[in-house]
Amino acid sequence: MSEELSKKHTKLVRILVFVAVAMFGFGYALVPIYDVLCEWKWIERDRPDDIKQVSEATYKIDLDREITVEFITTLNESTPMEFYPEVKQLKVHPGEYHTVNFYAENKANKVMVSRAIASFSPALTSSYFEKTQCFCFSEQTFQPKEIKIMPMRFVINPDLPVSYKTITLSYTFFDNTDKSVNK
Amino acid sequence: MSAVAEHDDHHDHHDDHDHGPAKGLLRWVITTNHKDIGTLYLLFALAMFFVGGSMAMVIRAELFEPGLQFVDPAFFNSMTTMHALVMVFGAVMPAFVGLANWQIPLMIGAADMALPRMNNMSFWMLVAGVLLLASTLFMEGGAPNGGWTLYPPLVLQPITVGKALPFAIFSVHLLGISSIMGAINIIATILNMRAPAMRLMDMPLFVWTWLITAFLLIAVMPVFAGAVTMLLTDKFFHTSFFNAAGGGDPVLYEHIFWFFGHPEVYIMILPTFGVASTIIPVFARKPLFGYASMVWATASIAFLSFIVWAHHMFTVGMPIAGELYFMYATMIIAVPTGVKVFNWTATMWKGAMTFETPMLFSIAFVVLFTMGGFTGLMMSIAPSDFQYHDTYFIVAHFHYTLVPASIFILMAAGYFWLPKWTGHMYNEKIGQLHFWLSVISVNILFFPQHFLGLAGMPRRIPDYAIQFADWNMISSIGGFIFGASQLLFLYIVYDTIKGGTGEKVTDEVWEDASKHGLEWTLPSPVPYHTWTTPPSAVPTEHVLDTH
Amino acid sequence: MKTVKQLFAGLILISLGLESAQADYTLNLMKGVTKVSNDIYDLHMLILWICVIIGVIVFGAMFYSIFHHRKSKGHQAAQFHENTTVEIIWTIIPTLILVGMAIPATKTMLELNDVKESDMTIQVTGKQWYWDYKYLNTDIHFESHLDEASEKAHRTVGADPRLVPHYLLNVDKPLVIPVKTKVRFVLTSTDVIHSWWVPDLGWKKDANPGFINEAWTLVEKPGTYRGQCTELCGRDHGFMPIVVIAMEQPDYDAWVKKTLDQQKQKPDLSDQTREQLMAHGESVYLKNCVGCHQINGAGVPGLIPALTGSAIATGKWESLDGFLRAGTSKMPKFDKLNGKEFAELMTYVRNNLGNNVGEILQPKQTALPDDDDE
Repeated sequence: MSEELSKKHTKLVRILVFVAVAMFGFGYALVPIYDVLCEWKWIERDRPDDIKQVSEATYKIDLDREITVEFITTLNESTPMEFYPEVKQLKVHPGEYHTVNFYAENKANKVMVSRAIASFSPALTSSYFEKTQCFCFSEQTFQPKEIKIMPMRFVINPDLPVSYKTITLSYTFFDNTDKSVNK
Repeated sequence: MSAVAEHDDHHDHHDDHDHGPAKGLLRWVITTNHKDIGTLYLLFALAMFFVGGSMAMVIRAELFEPGLQFVDPAFFNSMTTMHALVMVFGAVMPAFVGLANWQIPLMIGAADMALPRMNNMSFWMLVAGVLLLASTLFMEGGAPNGGWTLYPPLVLQPITVGKALPFAIFSVHLLGISSIMGAINIIATILNMRAPAMRLMDMPLFVWTWLITAFLLIAVMPVFAGAVTMLLTDKFFHTSFFNAAGGGDPVLYEHIFWFFGHPEVYIMILPTFGVASTIIPVFARKPLFGYASMVWATASIAFLSFIVWAHHMFTVGMPIAGELYFMYATMIIAVPTGVKVFNWTATMWKGAMTFETPMLFSIAFVVLFTMGGFTGLMMSIAPSDFQYHDTYFIVAHFHYTLVPASIFILMAAGYFWLPKWTGHMYNEKIGQLHFWLSVISVNILFFPQHFLGLAGMPRRIPDYAIQFADWNMISSIGGFIFGASQLLFLYIVYDTIKGGTGEKVTDEVWEDASKHGLEWTLPSPVPYHTWTTPPSAVPTEHVLDTH
Repeated sequence: MKTVKQLFAGLILISLGLESAQADYTLNLMKGVTKVSNDIYDLHMLILWICVIIGVIVFGAMFYSIFHHRKSKGHQAAQFHENTTVEIIWTIIPTLILVGMAIPATKTMLELNDVKESDMTIQVTGKQWYWDYKYLNTDIHFESHLDEASEKAHRTVGADPRLVPHYLLNVDKPLVIPVKTKVRFVLTSTDVIHSWWVPDLGWKKDANPGFINEAWTLVEKPGTYRGQCTELCGRDHGFMPIVVIAMEQPDYDAWVKKTLDQQKQKPDLSDQTREQLMAHGESVYLKNCVGCHQINGAGVPGLIPALTGSAIATGKWESLDGFLRAGTSKMPKFDKLNGKEFAELMTYVRNNLGNNVGEILQPKQTALPDDDDE
């Protein structure tokens, strides 16, 4: 093989290896890219980390509209808990603040760290659903057999498009004890 | 293979000025000769074709009748998972790399591949990867049984993967590195080692399609490696890429996987297009119709493959904007694919056709691949896909694009080039018998699966409701015939290497083939070392016209 | 022999173009019972016919050429290899066809996606390996498992599934919805990804753990519609069917009332004979345990412990009781069962599946003070 050719090979191989390594990195870059895309209004898929606390603002209450808010609760796999909302459905006016209590009980005889993940249907409504207080902002630590009544305070932004009449809010509790740093 | 070796030896003694192959078995371990490595790849792929095929036989046997007869559902799931992984990574991809190793240097007038030692390494890494994957079959808890797509959280559940997950993932890493090395080698060979007379637009289409495929491989295999690495760290190192509890999302995995997975599909089909475009003109005795548009169509299909991935997951709960975008983008693929089919038809049009086995397989490819394309177009319509998704309809679709397409073309390539490689003619009668058995049984096998899917049978189930019984039985019978017919191919390959019909083939092998490709200007069998001085002219037909 | 005969019968029927003996036997996509499913069917037929026409033209040309332009007939090969006009035409025509297809497809897609203005919401939760339904406007909540007949047949070697009505497509408690009502579904999962599909409704949708997906239906015609899980969800993926019964509003209202009453009923804690306990226990076992521990209690070597001869199963019943109610990190807790079911299940497990403890348990022994059906 001539010297010139082997130089050409070396140069090409370097570029191609660089591309391969860069594409490996790109695979990982898709993780934050996905988060960014999910935050775009027109794409709007809820990510747990999007559920941010907002400070209480005053809205004009729209008494002409009534929105049905439904709460659903799920326990992932064998999370040893009891978990349900104290009301399953609530009729609210946009701009009006409400507090809903959730009942949570650790049924196990050991400390448990769990995390509630929120998800909305219709997905597009999540950016109009503003929470000023929620157990879902952070991990919750439960002592053995501890019972917690956890309030969630929210308001529906009156900018919500009129065609939406029902909003379903889902919380899924995951047992994070093994993975958590907070135990 | 010993016949080839002997033959080559004679050549070397008589007229070769370079050293010949090493003696004995060690030759195959340490070889850096592109022909030897090509042979190794092809034989390994053939072996894996039968391994993956026997898994398919297990699947079809279990589905022969409703009720569970032979295997446990978890083992059934292992079989569907392993069948896919072995066929994709062990059979189809290596077979095309083997063809590339043999043919690309011959077709472009190069003495060998650009990086012969890396070539050897990538083959043995492939073997190691596949053996590692196969070893999971014997582990406690069995081989991975969460589907070849390895979706979390299923694939992370101890009950689903047993102890196999890290081994399967490491095997994917090895296979990935092996195919990236192979791809780098192919690109370097094509770009740097062409005969001086050969411009890019003079290259045979097989070389073109492989060049584009190699870029696809380099672009997406690392992404897949990344995705499975994330699975590994999610499982063992408490990361939460795909775990909702830690801020992840299992749907993210599906996006990353299919970002790899869709181009991967084209990695298996583009070289197929290349081989078909090489064979059809020879037997139509006409130049390939629309050479330039073939190249552009291949490039556009490759480009589109990067931006349509989510059509594999229309039902995952995507926002409407995503659903519509991926639907439109996917529909566009039909245009360049259509161009290819029209070009092949136009190549046959007004030719002087003969129908030797390679041509028969190629024609069957054009027809049956087009049928797979039609169902692909149907599934690109997102609302309809809400019915088709994850049913036997999609199973029928992708098997039509893989078995009577990729596999048939690999068979065609075998019949087409074996005489050149070995200097012996295969037995045409048995070849034709193999073709007719294959083409009939493959349709008995896969066509009824369209009906099953439309009637509502989900894929990846070991047992089914009674109304699916008749078509499943017919499909299984087709499967058994198809499986058994492939033993004929094994025999033909063996027989041809051993001497075939005894008829001495000419250098051209096929009438006027030397008009179509450089390899046919070399002696038959091809000497161990070729093109030590590059050819001075490029004899492909379309080139003669445009020069 | 039977299968061979059936095969021949099947082949003959097909060759005659007749419908098979199976009543719900179809070759084509079903039209379904909603507007969306009918729209999808129309789309399907439209694109199918377009494909057939293109296929006839392309394959027609190809076979004409194969027949006439062959060397054995003395045909001389032409040497053309390019024709820009033709190439442009066969790029543009398919593009136009695709645009034509995209318009109705977009319309249907938007319709399929429009969950607004629904009248009621049902939460569908996929679990390994059954579905869990919760009606958000009433207190109705139940699990829907594969029915007992199918469960037994597919787990018993030599059983003939053809004797089981709606084999693998039947459940113990079907989902009931009213007709002419826009029902919204929110779908989620507690373990892995499942997918909820009833072909007659026209769609399937994935149930992802931690997230909810939404879909809707408006069924016009009362009837029973069957479907299955369509996303591989592990070992028993093939055994979690879906049955939806659509009822006229008055029938639906009556069903709601009846179901609510049943849910409120306390379990019957009166004594049972050994045979009754064993028979009921088998039902409880088939519904809750068989997916992992298998029909003979052997478990899965290396993954799922056997119940046969298990120290926990055959030890003191009080500790087994506590074990089942609490669950472990590998096994879900079964506190959803009531005291009656506990007695039946434990009696069955301890005196069958290769175990023979001897003693039986009565519901009164295992009931908790607040035992109700919740």
